[in-house]
Amino acid sequence: MEWFNALLADNRIFTPNTIAFYWEGLVTTTQLVFLSLLVGLVLAVPLAIGRSSRHRWISLPIYVYTYVFRGTPLLIQLYIIYYGVVFFDGIQETFLWPMLREAFYPALIAFTLNTAAYTTEIFRGAIKATSRGEIEAARAYGMSPGLTMRRIILPSAFRRALPAYGNEVIFMLHASAIASVVTLMDLTGAARFVYARFYAPFEAFLFAAAIYLCLTFAILFFFRWLEKRLLAHLRPQSG
Amino acid sequence: MKKLLTVSLLGLAIAAGTAQARDYDHVRFGVDIPYEPMEYRDADGELTGFDIDLGNALCAEIGVTCEWIEQEWDGIIPGLLARNYDAIMSSMTINDERRQTVLFSDPYITIPGAWFAPAGSEIEEINEEALADKSIGVQRGTTFDSYVTDNYGSVANVSRYSTADDMVLDLQSQRLDLVFLEFIVGQVTLLENHEGEYQVVGEMVTEPEEYFGEGFGIAFRPRDEALAERFNEALATLKEDGTYDEIFERYFGEE
Repeated sequence: MEWFNALLADNRIFTPNTIAFYWEGLVTTTQLVFLSLLVGLVLAVPLAIGRSSRHRWISLPIYVYTYVFRGTPLLIQLYIIYYGVVFFDGIQETFLWPMLREAFYPALIAFTLNTAAYTTEIFRGAIKATSRGEIEAARAYGMSPGLTMRRIILPSAFRRALPAYGNEVIFMLHASAIASVVTLMDLTGAARFVYARFYAPFEAFLFAAAIYLCLTFAILFFFRWLEKRLLAHLRPQSG
Repeated sequence: MKKLLTVSLLGLAIAAGTAQARDYDHVRFGVDIPYEPMEYRDADGELTGFDIDLGNALCAEIGVTCEWIEQEWDGIIPGLLARNYDAIMSSMTINDERRQTVLFSDPYITIPGAWFAPAGSEIEEINEEALADKSIGVQRGTTFDSYVTDNYGSVANVSRYSTADDMVLDLQSQRLDLVFLEFIVGQVTLLENHEGEYQVVGEMVTEPEEYFGEGFGIAFRPRDEALAERFNEALATLKEDGTYDEIFERYFGEE
């Protein structure tokens, strides 16, 4: 640790003070991305089932939702939600305001709706790709449509969707860099703060980039491990 | 191929080494707008404000032509160093942190910072106790940001905005309890544009000198000492012959 302290003592940018900003930023980024992915995933499963329904009055509204959220930039969605909520008259008097007042929750809502839209489409593709034979076999065993969905279609669809979903998680992490435009002190926000204060763009942003890179690799390894476990049956047999 | 590379790199190095501060007959100013009444666009879309008028008067005095180039605040110093423009005249407070990177002219105006809150705010004076858990808006990377972060960052929530406008919007929507900005800017955007809705809280802040004391200066690249000197002389002349006072009164009224 001595060399580390010496390194810190030697420059005017990475002081304990600014390191604390980066740490705060890392925590905010992680919370924001993790929570939005979690809620987005929970929303996406029923939405994907509805989206693959044969009934148009179920699938059409979901299609419109995913189309709108995948068809517009996340930055615009964030602006609309952050500045938009205050246009509801008297929102400041409702129980929601203590949450919406913070920049964190509007950002979380925007990120969640965005990732839910993408995840819905990923899952829908995987559900549609379930082979007819599996479904016919389930029906031959006398399974109801609900049971078929739960036991046959969803488990295999989730496995097929895994590589694409892993990408979505990484995209979400990178997309979260825009949170600082609504004053959130996320990793990018911390880097912008250090940059603006010390006029040191390279040091400030390279450090943030290094942290993003570490996070990306952690996610990558997690998904590779998961794929190895869950998609074992798809790998070519050897030995 | 390798030799060619070495030779051309060497050539580049020599060219860079011998490059000299040139004589300017055309000066490009970097400016961050809007920042009423310092620099903003009027109803016709014309660039105007105290800095702009004073800058143009200085250029006229020196006998150079001036051009104004818009640049967002948090990239304004790197933009100067990258030669996107030759000087910054954008309400920039002179301080030691910046002095390590740029060369400042003599200060041309000193403006205090002030705290603004909605009328009827429970906050009556500014201290750590009163600001505990309050949301404070500042403009990112300004001396005001540094001042608030260093003094109240541990007790209050500091939100950083790219522009003063975003900050005012969030003060109106009650996301912020108070904002800390230049008195002049707050006076125009909050007190005059929304009469009776906002008030100044506590004293005007002009100390410590580390943050505020030295006033606003024009920033140049460190090697352009001759240019800075020409502007300093012109400033002294304008203060003497009354032009400065005339421009001052145009934006701030009689002192």
